[in-house]
Amino acid sequence: MMNKRQLFLYAFRKSIPVMLGYVFLGMAFGILLQQSGLGWPWALLISAVVYAGSMQFALVTLLSAATPLPTVAVMTLMVNSRHLFYGLSFIDTFREMGWKAPYMIFSLSDETYSVLCSCKGDEAFAQCNHEAAFYISALHQGYWVLGSIVGAVAGELLTFDATGIDFSMTALFVVILADQLRGGGREARVCAGIGVAIAIVFLLALGADRFLLPTLASTVLALAIVNCMRREVPAHE
Amino acid sequence: MNSTAYTILAILVCAACTFALRVAPFALFSGKRGMPPAVRRLAMKMPAAIIAVLVVYCLKGLPASDAAHATITLGSVAAVVALHLWKRNTLLSIAGGTILYMALLRII
Repeated sequence: MMNKRQLFLYAFRKSIPVMLGYVFLGMAFGILLQQSGLGWPWALLISAVVYAGSMQFALVTLLSAATPLPTVAVMTLMVNSRHLFYGLSFIDTFREMGWKAPYMIFSLSDETYSVLCSCKGDEAFAQCNHEAAFYISALHQGYWVLGSIVGAVAGELLTFDATGIDFSMTALFVVILADQLRGGGREARVCAGIGVAIAIVFLLALGADRFLLPTLASTVLALAIVNCMRREVPAHE
Repeated sequence: MNSTAYTILAILVCAACTFALRVAPFALFSGKRGMPPAVRRLAMKMPAAIIAVLVVYCLKGLPASDAAHATITLGSVAAVVALHLWKRNTLLSIAGGTILYMALLRII
C-alpha cells in the first residue's frame, strides 16, 4: 500500500501531461476575458465554478453581448453536451469516493476523463478508495485556474509566442488512445474503430461545429448494439 | 438588473448547466438498483471509443485547412504515435510531438 504522499506523487506524475496545455489554454482564456473588460477575479470565478474549456471561451462572447440567461443555458447545454457520456465510465469508481464524489463529477473534463481512463489499470489508482483520482482531478483544475489568473493579470506582458501549444491536448488524446488500444486488445480496437468511423462520417456530413453530439450518441448506440450481439463476452474491469 | 449581477447570474447558469450534463449519468444509475449489467458492459467499452472520437474532434479542422497545415498536423500526430510506440513514455511523446508541431508551424 502506498501512503498519501506516494499516492499524491503518483497523481502528480499522471497530471503532468495536462499541465502545459491547461496552463496555456487557461492563459488564453484569461487574456480573452481581460480584453473583454473582466479582470482576474472573474477569471478565477469562472474557472472555479464552470471549468469547461471551450464553453468558457464561448462564455466570454456571451457575457460581453449581455446575452439573455435562457440563451446562455441553451448554448451551454449544446456546447457541453459531450459531457453527458463521460460519467458512465466512472459510476462505480466515484461512488466509492464519498464526499469527494460531487467534486469528481463536477471536474470531469475531456482531459481528466481521458487521464482517469488511462489510470484504471494501475494498482496505485485503486488504493484508498481512488484517492489518487481526486488528486489528479484537483491538480488538473488547479493548472487551469492558475493559467486563467496569470492570463488575466499578466497576459499582455508575455512576449512568448505560444501558437500551437494546444496541439499538446491532441497529442494527449492520441497517446491515451494508443495505450487503450495496446492494453485493451481486440475489443478496444473494435470500439475505437467504430468511434473513428462514425466521427469521420458525421464530420464530413455535418461539419466541424455540429458533428460531435450526433457522433457520440451514435457511437454509444452502436456499442450498445455490439454489446447485445455478443453477450457471451465476460465482463472484466 | 445591473451588469455585475447579470455577469454573476450568467456564470452561475453556465456552471449549473455544465454540472447538470456531467451529473446526469450518475443521477440515472447511482440509485439503489445501481447499474444494470448491460449498461456496465457498455460503460467498459466506452473509453476507447470516446477517446477515439476526441482524437477526431481535435483534428476536426483538417478537412477545411490548407494542405501545408494538414501535413504539419498529420505529420506531428504520426510523430506522436511513432515516438510512443518506440519509447512508451507519455510525457516524451506529448512534448516531442508538440515541439515538432510548433516548430513546423513557424518554419513552413
